[in-house]
Amino acid sequence: MKVVFSRPRALSDVTMAYCQGCTHGIAHRLVAEVIDELGILERTIGICPVGCSVFLYQYMECDMIEASHGRAPAVATGVKRVLPDRVVFTYQGDGDLAAIGTAEIIHAAARGENITVVFINNTTYGMTGGQMAPTTIPGQETTTTPGGRDPIKAGNPIKVCELLAPIEGTAYIARASLTSPANVMKAKKAIKTAFEMQLAGKGLSLVELLSSCPTQWGMPPLEALKHVDEVITPYYPLGEFKRVN
Amino acid sequence: MTTKVLMKGNEAVVRGAIAAGCRAFFGYPITPQNEVPEYMSKYMPEAGGVFVQAESEVAAINMVYGAACAGVRAMTSSSSPGISLKMEGISYLAGAQLPCLIVNVQRGGPGLGNIAPSQSDYFQAVKGGGHGDYKMYTFAPWSVKEMFEHPSLAFEVADKYRGPAMILTDAIIGQMLEPIEIPEKIELNLPPKPWATTGAKGRGRNSITSLYIVPEDLERINLEIQANYKLATEREVRFQEFWIDDANLVLVAYGCVARISRTTMTMAREKGLKVGLFRPITLFPFPSKQLLELAKSGKHFLVVEMSAGQMVEDVRLSVNGEAEVDFYGRLGGIVPSPNEILEEVEKLLKPSLYQVMASAKTSTN
Ligand SMILES: Cc1ncc(C[n+]2csc(CCOP(=O)(O)OP(=O)(O)O)c2C)c(N)n1
Ligand code: SF4
Repeated sequence: MKVVFSRPRALSDVTMAYCQGCTHGIAHRLVAEVIDELGILERTIGICPVGCSVFLYQYMECDMIEASHGRAPAVATGVKRVLPDRVVFTYQGDGDLAAIGTAEIIHAAARGENITVVFINNTTYGMTGGQMAPTTIPGQETTTTPGGRDPIKAGNPIKVCELLAPIEGTAYIARASLTSPANVMKAKKAIKTAFEMQLAGKGLSLVELLSSCPTQWGMPPLEALKHVDEVITPYYPLGEFKRVN
Repeated sequence: MTTKVLMKGNEAVVRGAIAAGCRAFFGYPITPQNEVPEYMSKYMPEAGGVFVQAESEVAAINMVYGAACAGVRAMTSSSSPGISLKMEGISYLAGAQLPCLIVNVQRGGPGLGNIAPSQSDYFQAVKGGGHGDYKMYTFAPWSVKEMFEHPSLAFEVADKYRGPAMILTDAIIGQMLEPIEIPEKIELNLPPKPWATTGAKGRGRNSITSLYIVPEDLERINLEIQANYKLATEREVRFQEFWIDDANLVLVAYGCVARISRTTMTMAREKGLKVGLFRPITLFPFPSKQLLELAKSGKHFLVVEMSAGQMVEDVRLSVNGEAEVDFYGRLGGIVPSPNEILEEVEKLLKPSLYQVMASAKTSTN
């Protein structure tokens, strides 16, 4: 019988700890498929974030390092500078990358660190219980913006792709979503391009993935995906923001 | 073959680290350690290593974390306020059992303080500093020569017992110039690091973490770390004694204050006062056993520090009530002079009028 679908080699055969309908799992699978397709499993080192995906090091078959909250780009810098022929990626949530770790990502981008960043934007802090993230959109209710995010009191959201694309050290910046098979295919293509940019030594590549958090949004999984399409995507437009030659 | 050169402490620590096989340095400017990243930016690339000026101390220590994960001897340096920022990363390095070297050229604190020499980061260095039950293997050089030698000792201990090591020094040692003999080559003891995350080629994946959600797992890791501290305490204690045998009063001091105290000791001896000096070289593991032995042989201790009294607590714990322990400290970046310490010595050695009268009274009873 012809096998048409199986677990990627780079993905471990373990049960993931995510809530039902969470898109972290899809994102992991896409990264694993790309690692398989590029044949780089044995020379890839991944850096895990703090957040719901903190156990990523148990879900991947490549070498993995757990970083402290927000510091993954600095840890990745340390690894990549001493092992320049390896493939180094970070996987970070929006609280991780755009709040506590803003300095680390901006400066890794400015230095043009030749690493790949997979950035999960679910507009909230999932793991700690649904607080406001830097990406929480205006009006969005979270446990720390009970009346909805009011930019006058709580500040404005940070659009990470738009922020990083003008920085000279970045090679590839794209935003995709995980709400439909078509969008998932586009997301995979973007992740693959990001890794290829690194293999070509072009500089920092980042793919932002608009993701769902049904638990903290208080929505059933399908409604959460609809929410990504109808409410979040208009605020965070999909597409490529930068691609160097 | 050695070459004799005149150099600053801050340069010696750079040369010593590179000679010890350090091949990655990540730093951020702060006085009085700026020469360390400056020399590193020149010498490290020449040695085929990596130099990065990070955007902050937080980033620098996390870069060290990454390079240490990759199995490379990596280091950073800073001074007191910067070391506070590194504490997050240092706790993670300790939790993930990663060897590395951190140099603290201490300045006056708390807060922004000043840029004068101080020893007020002792607690932070040897008692943890960051969160969790951990310590740092801490070396306290007192000369430019030792600034050259300690990186190699520190890396060896860090590799062997798998944790961060610190060179705890200060503005005087960092800034002073002394002639030193530089060996052409240092014998390197570079152990294999099968745990390093270098890519899973030819083996299963390696992962490095300090996350253990199940309390029993985290306790097991903590016990492993503590067992290493115990081993290091048995094997790696370093100290120096001067004129101890016949001394009634033993000065206890480390780093530049130990050097000043040595002058005090000589001055006291010229006056016929039986003063000795005990200098801890490793601050963790602390030479507790040796101090307890001295205490049992009837010595009286005077601990001298540029702090409000930090190492003195370890001396008191070590002697466990078997000896009197006095303390003299200067704060704010003030360096005590040999004469000033001598005055303290004389106060302790010459009984006060009250004591003379009291003992006269008892003897007539
Ligand atoms: C220094 C530090 N501060 C705070 C925390 C607590 N914390 C854990 S996860 C998290 C937020 C993660 O949010 P995000 O990056 O958006 O990831 P998600 O959980 O949504 O996937 C925080 C604040 C921590 N672990 N460390
Ligand atoms: S809390 Fe949200 S992000 Fe975290 S696992 Fe659950 S659904 Fe996913």
